[in-house]
Formats: sequence, structure tokens, C-alpha cells
Amino acid sequence: MAKLPVQLRLNGADRATFVDPAEPLLTTLRRGLGDFAPKYGCGQGTCGVCTVLVDGEPQLACLTLAVACDGRHVETASGLADGPDMHPLQTAFMAHFAAQCGFCTPGMLTAARALLAHNPHPTREEVVEAISGNICRCTGYEPIILAILAAAAAPGARRA
Amino acid sequence: MLELRKDLFADERDDTLNVVGKSVQRQDMPGHVTARTRFFDDHAFDGLLHLKVVRSPHPHARIRSIDVSAAARAPGVKRVLRAADVPVNKNTLLSLINFGKDDEPALAVDKVCYVGEPVVAVIAESEAAALAARNLVRIEYEPLTPVFDVEEALKPGAPVVNPTYPNNYFEYHERFDHQKLRFGDVEAAFARADIVIEHRYQMSPIEHAPTETNGSIAAPEHNDRYVVHTCAQGLFFSLGTTAKIVNLESNRLHFIGGTVGGGFGGKVDSLTEPLAVLGAMLTGRPVRFVLDREEEMLYGSPRGAERIYIKDGLMRDGRIVARYVRSYFDAGAYTRLSSYAAIKCTAHIPGPYWIPNVASDIHVAYTNRCPSTAMRGFGITAVDFALEVQMDRLAEAAGLDPMEFRILNAYRDGDVKPHRRVAKNTALIECVQVAAEKANWPLSDQARRQSSLVGGGTGARAEIPATVLDQRGQIGRPESRGAPATGTLPAGAMRIPLTKEPVMEGTRDGRAAPVQVPRYAPAPAPGPAGPPPAAAASRPAAPPASSAPPFYPPAPSPAPVAPPPVAPPAAPPTQHGAMRFSSVFGTRRR
Repeated sequence: MAKLPVQLRLNGADRATFVDPAEPLLTTLRRGLGDFAPKYGCGQGTCGVCTVLVDGEPQLACLTLAVACDGRHVETASGLADGPDMHPLQTAFMAHFAAQCGFCTPGMLTAARALLAHNPHPTREEVVEAISGNICRCTGYEPIILAILAAAAAPGARRA
Repeated sequence: MLELRKDLFADERDDTLNVVGKSVQRQDMPGHVTARTRFFDDHAFDGLLHLKVVRSPHPHARIRSIDVSAAARAPGVKRVLRAADVPVNKNTLLSLINFGKDDEPALAVDKVCYVGEPVVAVIAESEAAALAARNLVRIEYEPLTPVFDVEEALKPGAPVVNPTYPNNYFEYHERFDHQKLRFGDVEAAFARADIVIEHRYQMSPIEHAPTETNGSIAAPEHNDRYVVHTCAQGLFFSLGTTAKIVNLESNRLHFIGGTVGGGFGGKVDSLTEPLAVLGAMLTGRPVRFVLDREEEMLYGSPRGAERIYIKDGLMRDGRIVARYVRSYFDAGAYTRLSSYAAIKCTAHIPGPYWIPNVASDIHVAYTNRCPSTAMRGFGITAVDFALEVQMDRLAEAAGLDPMEFRILNAYRDGDVKPHRRVAKNTALIECVQVAAEKANWPLSDQARRQSSLVGGGTGARAEIPATVLDQRGQIGRPESRGAPATGTLPAGAMRIPLTKEPVMEGTRDGRAAPVQVPRYAPAPAPGPAGPPPAAAASRPAAPPASSAPPFYPPAPSPAPVAPPPVAPPAAPPTQHGAMRFSSVFGTRRR
């Protein structure tokens, strides 16, 4: 099957690759572009570990066609830190033990990042709603909710 | 949130803890929040191949024929693996510590025993090519009658699930059909009890459902080795298992792991590593074998289902005088770790309570269901659920508050447990007291005054009672259950002398040859048992159980608690070499 060229911006850097027409963005990011931050958990859009931002909106990379992202800006958890400086969400996740095995963490951070970009001062209910598509099997969610609320209260949390 | 109750048992520890009670940053946390943590699948390889297995659609069937010719010719397919390609195609996980017989193939040979059992593996250039070729494998099955219920599986005439264990139960030390615990005389105590309550409990299998599915990537490395990135929870356990199945020296396998995307017990079975390594050996290329979500949920081994019967003898004042537990672990089609779970279960009975007469018979039964494995406290969790529901029912029957009922029956320091060991560092009473306090649950003054440190190890609580031995379920023969009692071990006896006379004329349906079966010696003698614990002899005899005892054990005395009885000598080493997994052999590290 003929491959199709895709150009996209990944975490601020211009990238180009060839993809199968039906290839999900998740495969392109992981196997084509080497960004392993988004994970495979279900391939069915139910677990949220593949959550990425496409032009600022949270999307499930396992259900998004790579060709549909041509010319768009894709952001993953790999791009959350600014060089050695962590994003307030990252420091809050560390301080609140909001990660245990760490597998859902990139998706959680990405969902939380999208929330804070739109809604800098979310209520607890809004935080719960924002991560309702992200499954965590370890923490019981409470530390994650507390971390996101703490990050919202910290300066610089809206940094995109 | 977390609260340290340093007021409890304060004199039992030096309060010089450096980490407990303090917040310490985990060393893996920066990697997690920056997404730099590398899980097994987060590794890039040039020329990566993908392995998918063809699974049985039948719970129980004979394999008539397998035709892989179309699959082998399909686009992108590099290799198709069948049972004959697996160097050592029979294994049991605990064979690494010499426990149990090899009973599970990596790829089914002539029979499938559960829905989802791997039969053929297809290795191709892409996942899509492997999935497409998987549909081209033609397997002809002859369905066999399955059995799904643990008790049905143990009945005469039930279909044989696992040919290695033709009686459908795990054979402990190739002799015993279950794990057995006997302490005192439960039947006599049931006859004496004011109330006898028996209930049946059923647990379902539970899938761990980790967010990261099981998988591994194996690749040829320099120096004729294979590197394996894996999510295995027991990295060296998996290395040893893989080395055995692919028949390589273990130093030719380089396992990298320890970073697990959620395990909970579901990543100890080496579900993918052996075939991934075999694929890398036979293709000379990196091979990735990852379960998809559907496979993980349906065929990733779950916590095993258990059926538990509990019969308790209760006095009107709330004392439990006898407990008998009969339980069946559903191992599924193969052993994996169920044999070990039943040992843990037996060791836990009767729960954290002091009961003078206790017996249990814990069985591991094979059924045509997905093999079960470890999961968070497996062996204990289900029986604890049953025991605690039963405790609530007993409290209701005795007309007592459920919290006070637990304090009344709680074990205390110095009590001799049914395993003939002395309870130490008990804390159930304090846990219940604190839980009641947190829940604003009113406790009587008397219950609030109780302590794990006092009242234990006195009178009958410090003694090993005369123990009735019975043949029920004793040895290998389901039809021998219900046979009459065969003798009494004198009080204080630590061990049961065994003879090794063959007593079986044949097994169920005559399908297996008789084996050497030990039988309790007809005239029990202390013999090799050694003396009873010193404390048992030095303490006054227990009052007869029929006399009215106080509602609670004697009030706390200001005198310090008597030292616990001398610990019994360690059991002599068995014929097995490895002692690390000591509870498997019933021995104990000191």
C-alpha cells in the first residue's frame, strides 16, 4: 500500500514522515517519530493513555488518523517541560504522588494541561470531568485530582 | 490520610525511623512526569517483527489438524511457530523452585484446555500483516466435554482437564490432593456449640486490567545473546522460565525491565517472553509480542475464583469454639501459582482470631477456564472476604455488635495458632478500636480496655489441643472424603508421623496408576515431633469448654506478660534445594 507523506509540528519542531493511509497517529508518533510519551493501552479510545493535543485540543491518538494531522501542531507530554524546567503540573504531580506506575501519567498530564489552558481555575468537579477519560489503575485518582488543583493554584500553570 | 499511631505499642520499637512517616521523593517520579520513563514497548528497533498468536475458540477440544501453509505464504509473514518449534514445550512456573509438575505448553500440542489457549504463533513485518495471516491458519478441532465448576471437576467421571493431573486436582508433593489443617476436634466442638452456622461463599475471577498490557520485545544482541525488554513483574523469574522453555543458558538472556505499567500480579506468568525470544532466535530479528486489550482482558490470567464453605460453632456469649473451612481454588486449565495460593490460604485460617478447634481442607481444582495466577494477596483475599462476612453473621446470631465481636474473638500475643506457632505482634484489637473511634462507632468500656498484649497465651490459649485426625479428603481419593476418624494426636504434638504405605487401589475411574501414599500412622506417637512448647506444659490446664467463661478473657493484670512459649524448632530441610520461597514447603526462615 502506498505510503502518504505527513508534515506536522511535534512539540514545536517541524517533522515529516510517511504513513500508511489507515495508520493511527499513535503509531506514527511512537514508531515513526520516536516520541514514546503517548502509550498504547486499549486501541479503542477507552483508556486515555494515548491522549495528545492536536492544535491545543485533547485527542486520543489511537483513534486519530495520522494523515488527518497533516499541517497541524501535535503536543505530547514530552514537550511539557521547558528544557530542564518542569511545568507546574509536573512538579505538582511529583509533590502529590500523583503517579505510581507512571503509565497513565503522560495522558493525565496532557488532559490536565488542556483543562488549565481553557480553565485556569477549575473546580474539583471540573478536574474530575477533565480526566474522566483517563484510566488510572494504581492511585485511586485522589492524588491526581489534588495535584491538578495544586498546579492550578501555582504561578505559570497556564503556560502552554 | 495517613496517620501514625505511635501511642500504640510504643515500647516495641526504637523511634529512630528515617523514612517511615516522612515524605520522600521516589527516584522514578521525575521520569514518570517527564514521560522519559521507558516501558518495555518504548524501545525502537530497526527491522522489528510482530508476533500474534492464534488462540483456541474452544474451552476443551482435541486438535485434529493444523494447516499453516496459507499463513506462511501470506504477505509479510516471516515465520509461523507451532508446538514442535518450542524446544521445551511443557513448563510450570514454580518448577524453578522444584515445585509441581510441568503441565503447560507454550503452544498447544494435541489438545486445548481453555478458550484463548495459544496454538500457533505468526511472526510478520507488521502487526496488520500478522493479524491478517492469523486468520489464514486452519485448525480443525474435535470438541470435548468441558467442566467449569470446581466441585463438578472433582467428581468421579468428570472430564480430565489437564492430562498432567488426571484427577483434576493439584497433587502436593505428588501425594496429597489438598492442603489440610487440623487443630483440636471441630466435630466435638460443633456438637457442644450453642449455635452452628454454615455458609457458602463464591468469589469471581478478577482481571488485573493493567493500563499497559502484557508484552515483551526480544532482539538478538551481540555476543550471541538476546536482549529482552519486558513488563515482567519478576524479572529473573521470567528469565529463568524463558531460558527453560527456549532451552538457552540463562546467561544468554539479557532481561531489561522492572518498569511495569501496572501489574498487580498479572505480569508474573511470562505470557509473552518465551515466544518472543524463540521468534528472535528463529528469525534473527527483533520480535515484539504484545497482548492487545481484548487478549489482556480475556486471556491474561486473572485472580482465581474460589468457592469457600465455612462452618462455625458459636457459644451464646459470643465465643467461637470451632471453625471448619472447605475451599476450592479454581486454577483454570493449568497450575501457574494456584498451588501456592492454597498454601497461603491454609496458613491464614482461621483468620486473626483465636479459636480452640480449627480444621480446613483447601483444594486446587482444574477447570476449562483461563489459568489463574497471582493478584494482590491472592490466596488470602477471598478467604478473608468469606471469613469477615461470616464474622458479621456470627455477631448477628450472638446478638453482639460486630466490632465488639471481633475484639472478643481476636487473637492476642502468646496465643497458639492452629499452625502450632505462637502469635506475636498481634494488633487486631487495636485496629478495631481505632477504626471504631474514627467511625464514631460506640464501643463498650470493656471493649475499649482490651489489649493485644494481655489475656493471650493463657490457659487453653497457650496449648496445642489433642487433635482428631480424619480421613476426609486426606489422600488423593475424592471418594474417601467422609470416612470416619482415624485417631487422635495427643495434646502438644507438633507433627503427624507419616508412613508411606500405599493405600490406594486405584484412582478415580482407574485412569491413573496407584501411587505411594502416606497415611497417618495408626498409633500416633510424639516420636520425631519433639517436646511440646515449654509454655504449654507449664501452664495450668484449661477449664473445660462447657464451664461458663467470662465474656472477655481475664482483666489485664499489672504484671508483665509472660514470655511467649519457646519457638518450636525449625522443620528439617526437605528434599528440595531452594528455600527462598519457604512458605511453599511449609518451612520457615529463621
